[in-house]
Amino acid sequence: MSLETKLQFDDQFIAKLSQDLQEPAWMLEHRLAAFHKINELPLPKLEKTNLSKWNFDRFTPYTEAAPLQSLSELPEDVQALLFDSNNVLVQKNSSVVYKQLQEELQAKGVIFTDLNTASSKHEDLVKQTFMTLVTKDAHRLAAQHGALATGGIFLYVPRNVEVEIPFQGLFYAEGEQVAIFPHVVIVAEENSRVEFVANFASKGEVALSNAVIEVVAKQNAKVRLATISNMGSSTVDVLYRRANIGRDAEVEYIIADLSEGRVISNSTSHLNESGGIANVKSVALGSGDMRANITSSAYHWGTHTASDVNARAVMKDNASCITNSITKIEKGASKADGQQSSKVLMLSDQARGDSNPILLIDENDVTAGHAASVGRVDANQLYYLMSRGIPRVEAERLVVRGFLDAVVTEIPSDSLRKTIHQLIERKLR
Amino acid sequence: MSNKPNLKLKDIKVEIEGREILKGVNIEIKGGEIHAIMGPNGTGKSTLASALMGHPKYEIISGEAHLNGEDLLEMEVDERARAGLFLAMQYPSEISGVTNSDFLRSAVNAKRGEGNEISLMKFIREMDSKMDVLEMDQKFATRYLNEGFSGGEKKRNEILQMMMLKPGIAILDEIDSGLDIDALKVVAEGVNSMRNDEFGCLIITHYQRLLNYIKPDFVHVFMQGRIVKSGGPELAERLEAEGYDWVKEELGIEDETVGKG
Ligand SMILES: Nc1ncnc2c1ncn2[C@@H]1O[C@H](COP(=O)(O)OP(=O)(O)O)[C@@H](O)[C@H]1O
Ligand SMILES: [Mg+2]
Repeated sequence: MSLETKLQFDDQFIAKLSQDLQEPAWMLEHRLAAFHKINELPLPKLEKTNLSKWNFDRFTPYTEAAPLQSLSELPEDVQALLFDSNNVLVQKNSSVVYKQLQEELQAKGVIFTDLNTASSKHEDLVKQTFMTLVTKDAHRLAAQHGALATGGIFLYVPRNVEVEIPFQGLFYAEGEQVAIFPHVVIVAEENSRVEFVANFASKGEVALSNAVIEVVAKQNAKVRLATISNMGSSTVDVLYRRANIGRDAEVEYIIADLSEGRVISNSTSHLNESGGIANVKSVALGSGDMRANITSSAYHWGTHTASDVNARAVMKDNASCITNSITKIEKGASKADGQQSSKVLMLSDQARGDSNPILLIDENDVTAGHAASVGRVDANQLYYLMSRGIPRVEAERLVVRGFLDAVVTEIPSDSLRKTIHQLIERKLR
Repeated sequence: MSNKPNLKLKDIKVEIEGREILKGVNIEIKGGEIHAIMGPNGTGKSTLASALMGHPKYEIISGEAHLNGEDLLEMEVDERARAGLFLAMQYPSEISGVTNSDFLRSAVNAKRGEGNEISLMKFIREMDSKMDVLEMDQKFATRYLNEGFSGGEKKRNEILQMMMLKPGIAILDEIDSGLDIDALKVVAEGVNSMRNDEFGCLIITHYQRLLNYIKPDFVHVFMQGRIVKSGGPELAERLEAEGYDWVKEELGIEDETVGKG
């Protein structure tokens, strides 16, 4: 496996990539350092998931795409993932092909651009965060990401700026063996407010999406991060999200895992200071031979911090999903509150689901709770719905929709809720 | 004149998990008729209802069932419903996350067929007026299907569904249990509002009470997994006054239940 990685590219390849992208020197240095780690680091250790047969190594590391004049050049179903034409960035394969930022936001000091541009234009800001939350030393996939990251987004919201319209990133891969490595950095300064929605989509036999989203929410900032992953069955879909949450700041994750291949979906929150809040609302729908490991972790360091993970997964066909919720309350994080709820519904005898709540508490003065369940769809419920004339497929869809709605209806944005509903509905047909 | 609905059963025998529960049921229900099946607990009344609707656990091992001349036993559960059969269940399921109105609209549209869906406005208007008849609070439209409903609320909701779906033949299984007298009247009013030649009804109950408000044309006594005696409304009155013992004596039945042990 690792041999192929070595064969596919080397230091020279990385150097040329960096040169072609006209990157600053620090970026090249980081790439090379990360690249040298790939073969010495192990794959991430995921609770109850064996990654040994997943394809992390056979792919084309860089595939350029031509810029778009307008969003209408995107395939219709991909276009439909965007719910506003403002504040949008589109990455196709390895290239950012479209970006738009409203002038009024620009005037307020908001930065929303591709990471390549930001790494020279806003070097200090980017450097402060880029690969500091998910570091190249974490595991082989992080190192691979560090070596090959292209495209991506830098989103910066200055102090006291509240942005009402969500920023949207569309990461779209198309073509055999294609791999994408988008990296998103979101910095929300004190008292700011921002929402970012990322869509991951693919067409054709795309091999790999190895993406990282890093979020820094400073004091009293509010960040909502939504990711909707919808990659095809040939694709290994890796997405690491990680947030550092400051004093009285809040990060809300909305996660829809709808990819059909292999999925590593990880979100980690560090509640570093007092009063920080992390909320995770996660839905997953697996079909075909999908295999997923969906892990949400919250680390409480500050006092009065709160985390709440609410995860629901539905598995059809031969799909299988491991859902892990990890809440760690460190010593000294008094008055912390950690809650998790995770449920898996299986629609067929071949589908598999597992739900692992893990609570690690080193402080006495805290509140914590968890609920977990794994079950099959209730035959009596289906019978009841069918007895009113509703065909089996639609009856199943109603039950599934109802099951996932416990989380979906909690999503505060109408358009996001609608998008997720539509995608779920389409997959249940 | 339109064709009257018709449900005809011939010698229906049913097994649950290999045990024979129904021992040969014969009955014919036509549009415009109201039949009552009365019988003590454990005699197989609900088994008959569930088997006719097509519950997967109930296996019809012999006999025939035709709905409007079509073989009911060849149909899937949803096909039976769309063909005009309705069952108000003794124990309706609860379905979280699915609102009553979304569910009902899906059901109404499933019956109407693609391209002929009911407009949202018309649906809401119709649902509102039927809920008024049943004295149901409007909030039940947006509540999740039967979730957290009291026994009586579930029964009303079953009747609401029947009124919205307008079946040709309805089977009401213990629709009166758990209802106080006011609720009973309301539910009876709902059923009576549907009484015409295009609606036939089989009411399953073990009390005569409901039959004071919905006058049956035919009354059947159910014991040991079959109809053991049939008559007119006067039969229900005698059962109310004297209980079931005289029937058992007359027919030499010691244990009226079925499927024990
Ligand atoms: N779902 C079921 N699973 C197993 N046995 C059942 C089930 N439903 C009914 N039975 C059997 O059938 C018998 C008759 O039950 P039922 O039809 O519910 O009677 P009734 O409605 O007249 O009270 C019961 O005593 C029981 O043995
Ligand atoms: Mg019964």
